[in-house]
Amino acid sequence: MATETIVWLLPLPPLLAFFLIVLFTNKSKALSHSIGVGAALLSFVGSMVVFFRALSVEHFGEGEHIFASSIPWLPTGDTFLRVGVQIDPLSAVVLFFVAWTILMIFLYSVGYHNFGQPKGDHDHPGLPPHGATVTDAHGHKHTVLSVEPMYSRFFAFLGLFAAGMYTLVISDNLLTLFVGWEIMGLCSYLLIGFWYAKPSARNAAIKAFMTTRVGDVFMLLGLAYLYSATGTLSYREIFYNQEVLHHLAETSSHVFGLSAAGLIALLLFIGTIGKSAQWPLHIWLPDAMEGPTPVSAMIHAATMVSAGVYMVIRIFPLLTADWHGHDLTTAMSVVAFIGTFTAIFAATIAVAQNDIKKVLAYSTISQLGFMISALGMGAYIAAAFHLVTHAFFKALLFLGSGSVIHGMEHGVLHTGNHHVDPQDMWNMGGLRKKMPITFWTFLIGGFALSGFPLVTAGFWSKDEILADAFAHGHWAILITLSTAALLTAFYTMRQITLTFLGEPRTKEAEHAHETPWTMTLPLAVLAVFALGYGWVGIPEHFPGLGGLLPNWFHHFVGATLLEHPEAVEFSPIPLGISLLVALGGLTLGWLVYKDVKAGQPDPLQKPLGVLYPFLQNKWYFDEFYAFFVIKPMTWISEEFSYKWMDRQLIDGILHTVAQTALWIGSSLRNYFDKPIINELLGDKLGAYWTFQPAGRALSKAQTGRVQSYLIGAVAVFLLVAAALYLFIF
Amino acid sequence: MDFINTHLLSTILFFPVFAALVILFFPKEQVALIRWTALLSSLVPFGLTVWLWTMFDPQAAGFQFEEIYPWYEAIHSSFHLGIDGLSLSMVLLTTLLTPLALLASFSVQDKVKAYMMLFLFLETGMLGVFLAMDLLIFFVFWEIGLVPMYFLINQWGSPKGEREVWSPFGSYITSARNYASLKFMVYTMAGSLGLLLAVQMLGVLFQTYDLATLVAQWSAFDGTLFGMDASRVKVIAFWAFTIAFALKVPVWPFHTWLPDAHTEAPTAGSMILAGVLLKLGAYGFLRLVLPFYPVEAQQYAGWMAFLATMAIVFGAFASFGQTDFKRLVAYSSVNHMGFVLLGIAAAAKAIGTPDATIALNGAVLQMFNHGLSAAGMFFLVGVIYERAHTRDLDKFGGLFPIIPVYGGILIFTSMASLGLPGLNGFVSEFLVVRGSFPLLPVFTAVSMLGLLFTGAYILKGIRKVLHGPLNEHWAHGEHKLTDINLREILVMAPLMALILILGIYPMWLLDVINKAMLLLFS
Repeated sequence: MATETIVWLLPLPPLLAFFLIVLFTNKSKALSHSIGVGAALLSFVGSMVVFFRALSVEHFGEGEHIFASSIPWLPTGDTFLRVGVQIDPLSAVVLFFVAWTILMIFLYSVGYHNFGQPKGDHDHPGLPPHGATVTDAHGHKHTVLSVEPMYSRFFAFLGLFAAGMYTLVISDNLLTLFVGWEIMGLCSYLLIGFWYAKPSARNAAIKAFMTTRVGDVFMLLGLAYLYSATGTLSYREIFYNQEVLHHLAETSSHVFGLSAAGLIALLLFIGTIGKSAQWPLHIWLPDAMEGPTPVSAMIHAATMVSAGVYMVIRIFPLLTADWHGHDLTTAMSVVAFIGTFTAIFAATIAVAQNDIKKVLAYSTISQLGFMISALGMGAYIAAAFHLVTHAFFKALLFLGSGSVIHGMEHGVLHTGNHHVDPQDMWNMGGLRKKMPITFWTFLIGGFALSGFPLVTAGFWSKDEILADAFAHGHWAILITLSTAALLTAFYTMRQITLTFLGEPRTKEAEHAHETPWTMTLPLAVLAVFALGYGWVGIPEHFPGLGGLLPNWFHHFVGATLLEHPEAVEFSPIPLGISLLVALGGLTLGWLVYKDVKAGQPDPLQKPLGVLYPFLQNKWYFDEFYAFFVIKPMTWISEEFSYKWMDRQLIDGILHTVAQTALWIGSSLRNYFDKPIINELLGDKLGAYWTFQPAGRALSKAQTGRVQSYLIGAVAVFLLVAAALYLFIF
Repeated sequence: MDFINTHLLSTILFFPVFAALVILFFPKEQVALIRWTALLSSLVPFGLTVWLWTMFDPQAAGFQFEEIYPWYEAIHSSFHLGIDGLSLSMVLLTTLLTPLALLASFSVQDKVKAYMMLFLFLETGMLGVFLAMDLLIFFVFWEIGLVPMYFLINQWGSPKGEREVWSPFGSYITSARNYASLKFMVYTMAGSLGLLLAVQMLGVLFQTYDLATLVAQWSAFDGTLFGMDASRVKVIAFWAFTIAFALKVPVWPFHTWLPDAHTEAPTAGSMILAGVLLKLGAYGFLRLVLPFYPVEAQQYAGWMAFLATMAIVFGAFASFGQTDFKRLVAYSSVNHMGFVLLGIAAAAKAIGTPDATIALNGAVLQMFNHGLSAAGMFFLVGVIYERAHTRDLDKFGGLFPIIPVYGGILIFTSMASLGLPGLNGFVSEFLVVRGSFPLLPVFTAVSMLGLLFTGAYILKGIRKVLHGPLNEHWAHGEHKLTDINLREILVMAPLMALILILGIYPMWLLDVINKAMLLLFS
């Protein structure tokens, strides 16, 4: 099959799976998950074929050396808006990690939703399964995990999610990218609110949809602007076209002194702020934990948030259109600031979280900040590299945390104490012995996140960002990101220590249990990438290792741009910083938390003082928005727009007009018709002078004799006949 | 067959009346017979329209399938029908929605015969507006459509509702459906007055009511009229036309009849009101205002855009502020039709440019799309209202496990209304935004606030109806809700299919619209 055809087909299997499950197979759990996983597998195979064919093309990415195909989609006057698919080096590497992570998440979901387990005793659609009571051969009653009541639906939604992401990755233009982008927005809404009967999940779903939509409407404006300025939305025609870029950089937008390129890039970037949960639109991502854990992995690694960063990498030529390689442009500074601030801001919050998934959620926000910051300072390759490695290790960490929670739920069902929160890390401890596969893979993921030197992928990509900041002299960014990296290593080790090391702090943790193979196999596969993927991007002049392996990632992905980016010169200083923050943070985390006992407060609580609740409450951003945005908006909607403006002002005017008309009408009736016409003319004058005498005169004709009536009738008849004869004939 | 070939448009137009007259002779107890006759006969115009679609040549300039009969020769009006890409898509929408609305009306138990007859008359009234090529005929049909709708709201509307009528002179409570039907009728009639005068003036001035002739002569007209400059007269006549159509669209601040009428109308009535009747106003702008008054429209484009933006933003806000499910959906129409007017305003500003064409494409497609999604939404509100006898959102919530199929369909249709990419609403909204942005950047940017709140009210609807802990009140016993039934699914299925098809491959419809816009306005 032609590669282009395969590319077109990539989103189709999961999309069809969605429709098949929803329309036909939703009653059968086995059939539904087979269709779901099968579809993910098909797309995966297709993606791998495309990826490896791309590797075998020489000068892939340059000029016409890409896979591309398009069709006319919207007629716009005399021309058409064409949409199509395109695989260039950037989309190839993104496709690679997307296909792997999605497949793993599908497989993992089978185990996570307890396929093969009995139906729950009191399970309802809309709530997580509560467990089922079974009687074993000896007549003992056990409570075991029960299967998810909406199992089929989950795979349907996941399929649609995957279809959205594949659409986004294979797009050759920003419009279909936006289509995939929004479909994922819907899926995140559906899946975060999967357990819709929980008010917290329901609210989180709406929060996710609405917060990202704030970004999306700006992005839509950016699309409209870009489209009207260039007449196209195709990547190749805009981002790979010096003339168009130059023109956009030279045109003024008349807003804040930005060039058209700068303003468009920023409008599109606001979309990313929403989608990739950057400050100040980060608030939805931690709440997205309300969804089932595979969804978290999907959102945090494989799809949503990666899509946001991917888009900024895509529009990089636009963002840097008026940049000459030295001082950052206004647009770039904004991007760099948002990214850098988000990186440190989210890291501080992660330090004080107790929920195992919340820590990871804030770490995602922080790591995305690293990527955005890298893009803001022009480090194209570093950002793309960190995007890929992060997707692997973050998917691993989320699936790992899901495995931990699953193991803990096992313990909760065993003891029957439902007050124990299976997600609170303070209830865990010592799980390394109970769940060895989960432990080792989680450790790998955690070390990759912390940037543990040499062996983990996260080290190489994060180091590259710091090296870039150093090489171009962005000191503020370098210091902030290094601090964030230190905090990252610290809270990661805090998490690992609290969860897996030491002794179990609760009975439930003692009875935790390793999860089935459908869950541990994906962990193992992702762990391989969390370690190995870094080796494809080792800088050439790295002491010892440099040059042993070619810096494949740099050369391959660099070809996406018109001018291939240069690798930064090697310097031992950023490397030293990298090593110091990673190892220092990990050691510190271990030292502080290694001896924590059950019931003991967080050792950080005392030294941090009032800062601790401030961090734990996420800098009070939720409260801020509730008071300054949601409350006024609700008031404007309910009170101002509807009750006051429509019902009182506009309708009041209408009713006044109507009542005035009514008043005039009834006045005419009461003061003219009735007294003058009826009474004066009719009753008084008329009655007295006209009708009454006439009536009296006529009443004389009422003789009561039939003969005289007959004479009258004949006379009238003759008169009428004469009249007719005279006037008509 | 030959007769139908040469009289295709008049067959489409008058078949519903013919069917209504047949129904007149049925005994009124034969409810099933009446329903099925009405439904099946409403499929005839639909089938003929599809056939018409296949024979229609989008490339050809001017009107096709023209029919012309002498009608009122003394005042030079003739019964002139014709069709172009613009009216064809509206005719398709009308003939498609009418059978669905009739099928939706199978649950009507009261005075079925009169109901079905009125509905068929209504269809002819609406079709007449789209098919008329003579200004006087246009006006006649414009008014005819009002009468059946008035009675549908007044007689079959929600029986219990009450409405507070507030004014500085004091307030009183009245029957909601009487209030709504009267408001609808009086409001539209008030708008028609100016239109009638302006139409008369044109007819007297040029001794013809033929649309094409009038457009040519009127735009070339200068000199004095009634002792005034032609340009002044044109401005006055422009506003007479504009206000009549603006009331119907409806444009903010003339929109307050809409939530009342839509909320009180019977389900099928709301479907047609939102689906087709609102389009009459927008069609009036495209068919008459822009061709007759290009200069004035350009002059006042900023004002039109302002009103459109107000409709988009405050429509969305007001919708979000509702506790009545149907009123929430009703206000969403204000919001969505605002985009139609925004596209028209942008086009008015720079008629003939590529940006204007894109904006017009978006506006016309949005008319069609809103017809599908709004009809669907109103029907879905009706489905639950029929079962629960309440529309109060605070009484629902947690219904998803009880009525899962309904829930899925509601989410799908809501997403179309929200403008989710992949479904139809997105394509048209994108085109409108794309077309308006370079021409009216500030208004377009402000209208994004409305787009944001579209999300808010749609999600509010879903949350308040479906999500939340299982609702025990509706789950058991006498109040137990039953899921959507087959007949109701059959009403939704064509709408949903079209929503999806137009979202993924809008070319088949947009191509016809695009060519029509190019022929009309460049």
